[in-house]
Amino acid sequence: MSLSRRNFLKVTGGSILAGSLGVGVKPKTAHARRIKIKDAKESKTICPYCSVGCGIMVHTFDGKVINVEGDPEHPINEGTLCSKGQSLHQIVHNPTRLTKPRYRAPYDTEWKEVEWDWALNEIAKRIKQTRDKTFKLTSLSKVKEKQPDGTETEVKKEFVVNRTDGIAHVGSAALDNEECYMLQKLLRSWGLVYIEHQARI
Amino acid sequence: MTNHWIDVKNSDVILVMGGNPAENHPVSMKWIMNAKEKGAKLIVVDPRFTRTAAKADIYASIRSGTDIAFLGGMIKYILDNKLYFREYVVNYTNASYLVNPEFKMPGELDGVFSGYDPAARKYDKKTWSYQLDENSIPKKEPALKDPNCVFRLLKKHYSRYTLDTVSAITGTPKEKLIEVYKAFSSTGKPDRAGTELYAMGWTQHTVGTQNIRAMAIIQLLLGNIGIAGGGINALRGESNVQGSTDHGILFHILPGYLPAPTATLSDLKTYIEKHTPKTKDPKSVNWWGNRGKYITSYLKAIYGDKAAKDNDFGYAWLPKLDEGMNASWLMLFDHMLKGKFDGFFAWGQNPACSTSNANKVRKALSKLKWMVNVNLFDNETGSFWKGPGMNPKDIQTEVFQLPACSCVEKEGSITNSGRLAQWRYKAIEPIGQTKPDSEIMNELYFRVKRLYQRHGGKFPEPILNLSWRYGTKDSDGRIKKVDTHLAAREINGYYLEDIYDKTADPPKLIGKKGELCTNFVTLQADGTTSCGNWIYSGSYTQKDGKVINMMARTKKSDPTGLGLYPKWAWCWPLNRRILYNRASVDPKGMPWDIKRGVIKWSLTKLNPQTNKPGIWEGDVPDGPAPPMADEKAGKYPFIMRPDGMGAIFGPGLADGPFPEHYEPLECPLSENPMSKKQRINPTVKLFYTDKNSLAEDIYANNDSRYPIVATTYRVTEHWQTGVLSRHIPLLLETVPQQFVELSKELAKEKGIKNGDKVNVASLRGKVWAVAFVTERFKPFKIMGKTVHQIGMPYHFGWQFPEDGSAGDSANLLSPTIGDANTMIPETKAFMVNIEKA
Amino acid sequence: MLRKALLISPEICIGCRGCQIACKEWNNLPADETKNEGTLENPSDLTPNLYNKVRFIEVPSETTPLRWLFVSQRCMHCDDAGCITICPAPGALFKTKEGAVAYDKDKCIGCKLCASACPFNIPRFDKNDKISKCHLCSDRISEGLSPACAKTCPTGAIRYGQRDEIISNSQKEGYEKLYGQADLGGLGVLYAFKDAPKIYGMDEQPAVPETVLLWHNVLKPLSYLGLGGAVAASLLHYIAFKPKKDEEDK
Repeated sequence: MSLSRRNFLKVTGGSILAGSLGVGVKPKTAHARRIKIKDAKESKTICPYCSVGCGIMVHTFDGKVINVEGDPEHPINEGTLCSKGQSLHQIVHNPTRLTKPRYRAPYDTEWKEVEWDWALNEIAKRIKQTRDKTFKLTSLSKVKEKQPDGTETEVKKEFVVNRTDGIAHVGSAALDNEECYMLQKLLRSWGLVYIEHQARI
Repeated sequence: MTNHWIDVKNSDVILVMGGNPAENHPVSMKWIMNAKEKGAKLIVVDPRFTRTAAKADIYASIRSGTDIAFLGGMIKYILDNKLYFREYVVNYTNASYLVNPEFKMPGELDGVFSGYDPAARKYDKKTWSYQLDENSIPKKEPALKDPNCVFRLLKKHYSRYTLDTVSAITGTPKEKLIEVYKAFSSTGKPDRAGTELYAMGWTQHTVGTQNIRAMAIIQLLLGNIGIAGGGINALRGESNVQGSTDHGILFHILPGYLPAPTATLSDLKTYIEKHTPKTKDPKSVNWWGNRGKYITSYLKAIYGDKAAKDNDFGYAWLPKLDEGMNASWLMLFDHMLKGKFDGFFAWGQNPACSTSNANKVRKALSKLKWMVNVNLFDNETGSFWKGPGMNPKDIQTEVFQLPACSCVEKEGSITNSGRLAQWRYKAIEPIGQTKPDSEIMNELYFRVKRLYQRHGGKFPEPILNLSWRYGTKDSDGRIKKVDTHLAAREINGYYLEDIYDKTADPPKLIGKKGELCTNFVTLQADGTTSCGNWIYSGSYTQKDGKVINMMARTKKSDPTGLGLYPKWAWCWPLNRRILYNRASVDPKGMPWDIKRGVIKWSLTKLNPQTNKPGIWEGDVPDGPAPPMADEKAGKYPFIMRPDGMGAIFGPGLADGPFPEHYEPLECPLSENPMSKKQRINPTVKLFYTDKNSLAEDIYANNDSRYPIVATTYRVTEHWQTGVLSRHIPLLLETVPQQFVELSKELAKEKGIKNGDKVNVASLRGKVWAVAFVTERFKPFKIMGKTVHQIGMPYHFGWQFPEDGSAGDSANLLSPTIGDANTMIPETKAFMVNIEKA
Repeated sequence: MLRKALLISPEICIGCRGCQIACKEWNNLPADETKNEGTLENPSDLTPNLYNKVRFIEVPSETTPLRWLFVSQRCMHCDDAGCITICPAPGALFKTKEGAVAYDKDKCIGCKLCASACPFNIPRFDKNDKISKCHLCSDRISEGLSPACAKTCPTGAIRYGQRDEIISNSQKEGYEKLYGQADLGGLGVLYAFKDAPKIYGMDEQPAVPETVLLWHNVLKPLSYLGLGGAVAASLLHYIAFKPKKDEEDK
């Protein structure tokens, strides 16, 4: 009778074999498990959660993050991390990550996956359309004006403002500095002034 | 932070009030515990016994929203017991300035300062001024005896903050108040250092700015600003909220804290004139006197060759705010609900959960025509149209949801709370079709520009003239791949011509055309330098022709032994690790405490700049000038202030030169015990004023239906609205659902048992939660009556987990109201009720 | 090699649970589905996917509203390890050269006897009934690294090092005796307690149940001879589980 080990256990019950399987085998003293970061590439990052700025070593293998741990060289965290920093790999490889652009049409009940090129072109069109429709070359501001009798009164006057009040932006404290700089510059080039982010809340 | 994370180890007394580092900045506890090991005392003042409180030597409970009363009592204690650092106070603060005798305070004027206009809810600040000498320099009285000097006015103002009054307002027992006051004010000696760590527990109040001001006054009185182990340290909530603020993603500032231009400042000259403070005091550095160099170099950075002298460097292309216009967060969503916007970007942010009164925001989103939502995960904002109470078939808003990369899939720098900019490297290629945010911006830049090039449109100049040099362009002129190093260089700035120091004889070459700027000291106002953000100038620089990314430095050396690590990454400004460090030395330049010397004026060494003996050693000083006592060239320590002095009297704020206790918009009292006629901050913008106001903005004060004080907070295992933690299985496992913490006493009154499902409701919304019945909340005795307080985290939302098992945001309960200066919403103190579900 | 150990100091633990997550991350353990049950402590107990956890204990205090203790818990890596003693499958449970009580899942037969022999209620069993518990990151420590939990701990509340050095250093710091210093031949996880162990949720005098000793002395040699394995195992099951079950029934 030939039975695989698993089937055999199934048939006879695990405990029956209990004592006899190990006859003649010396107890092992060393664990042979191969350390998982042995062949990994190491790169460094700074934790994306709070603002302590802990250094993190990211171990990758075959294009995947296989381990993260605190960077022992880093003077602030000295190799340590809290629960959030320690879970960084699950931000990267996560079945619920958005991996394709999505679009929700007016009054639709579902998301649809779309191509980047289409989405970016459509957004660009809307930016232009809204901007052109709502662009203000001038606007009224209240200013104090000296009257002939020496007193000051508040009057409304028209000034050049060159802005759009039709588009607003919020975010993002999660971007890199270079991106933050590029973003504020881009938004202001479109004429936005309703520009806010996490620092306000 | 004025100081930085590691520096906490140098403290003798650490006051944590308005923050909770063990939960929100856990690794910082490494340095707090390090200080404790050396004998430092940790004081925690919080409505709730937190994980930080669990490590405290002294814990004091406080009713949410009463910090100014608590701190006002401390100011009184310090003054009454003469525990202030007199030499520091007299030399380095405006305590000796003589104030306009017409200036009146809340004790004299029923709760307001002089100049209040109740109709406009604004102050005319005419009387909040100094008596000036013939050079327009404030008159001083160093003996601090004149009844009109700042010091005497301070004493008079806080004489009302007696232990009895403070205890009745805060609910903190008197003996606890004394214990905290005594411990913290022990640092008012030259050889003692006290630090304060705060976060949103102070900012998210209608008196948020004044909470911090009150502490600033204490730290100036005790001589704790500028020294190692001292300072006022804002523990910022996100990895790069410091950097994103520095780079001006806010309506009121351009990068480097340059004010956003307003309508009446019609040209660059007017802008510079308006925003450049002046002083005739030769000892004042008045650093903002350089404003013109920074704004001009910014315009050269963003418009490149298109910005020239003859077109005012493109200043006209910048959008302008109307005078007095407030486009901040609460206004933005208010206007959105009123249908003002067609388009909206929610870029790496989830306002449908993070905004106070989140129901208002969710409704406002449905008034949009289109929204762009950039994120790593789906979220309550992008999917708002299918959220609770929404019928997608009624909602017009188009939503584009764009998948962004995580931080290990791209390269760039972020700035921590200690102003330390550190470089991050790419570990793997972007997951799936995700893109780095910079690539998304690049695509939108190119596509919008192409539309304007092809079809024309309204005022296309800023779009067509924007400089965008972040990589090699293809035949269409589109950058194929963004190189963020090029953005970092643009931020640092370039010499566009050879730059000479004209004060030297003969003029000395200080910058070579085409090279990266050394630092902001070399920037020019004539268009010969470019710099995207002056405070980051020096972060990506060039030395002897060699380009150096200073933010990527990893050399670990600590010559002072204070943990400054000057060659680890790079810190703004100029790699200065402790701000206002000229106040850490006596007027002759010797450290107040030689064991903790941040900088020191050394007369034994030759200064290569001046070829004379006398040079600063240690941290990068707040300017190279000799110490204040040097009669010819000495300078005052607080170089960013026009008068060079630390401001105990602060007339720049909207709500008063001294902090005064006002109750939160929603509180358990019918009147302010401090001044009966003025319950709330007299200068906050009220959204709900009468029946014609938006129903969403309603609030309930001293209302028996909502008798319980509530506050929101975060826990270690989650982050912000939870988009980056609810989606993380390992984190969700540890804190899987919305909870509410309440005292045993309140639980008993309400028949709630530990683990019960309960509903928490305010006038604006209702949220279910699992009850944590705990000793960590205790009822308060406030003005003789028992007041309960509860607390909830705001990490949860309906969208994920998709089965709704986590609950929804605590921000559905909080009100629409903001701080009088910053408009940061008051989510830390509002009124609710709690019932078993 | 000298024996290694963990030193756990609840007084400086901030309850951040970096250790909990670091362990799961290193050992590729999936998250369990959990619910809030009136405490931050979650999961409420160790599971086959949770090798260590922080217990949140609220105890009365005279000076503050309470004392809130955070106590990191895992396999204690006993010197006299009841689990190894009772384990009938040679090589399934073993001691590493550093003194960690590790295991080989391939050799585990799923009899669960180790659970009955553990004074600390540590062994859990995965979906294949194989033992699943802390092994002191035996793969890391054999390479000279610290276990993941100790490596990540921000405040040094979990420290890894030479056991004798830990003990002598603690004495210098004023801890006369560490918890686990002498118990069960000396534990591989030592605690610096300021008060009675019971306040931290620990047994005053942990001991291996008598039954384990019986099995070791009488029955295990039989099984090695390959005689009456089934008989021995069922007898063993009775001895190990029945009395316990009876106790529970009471």
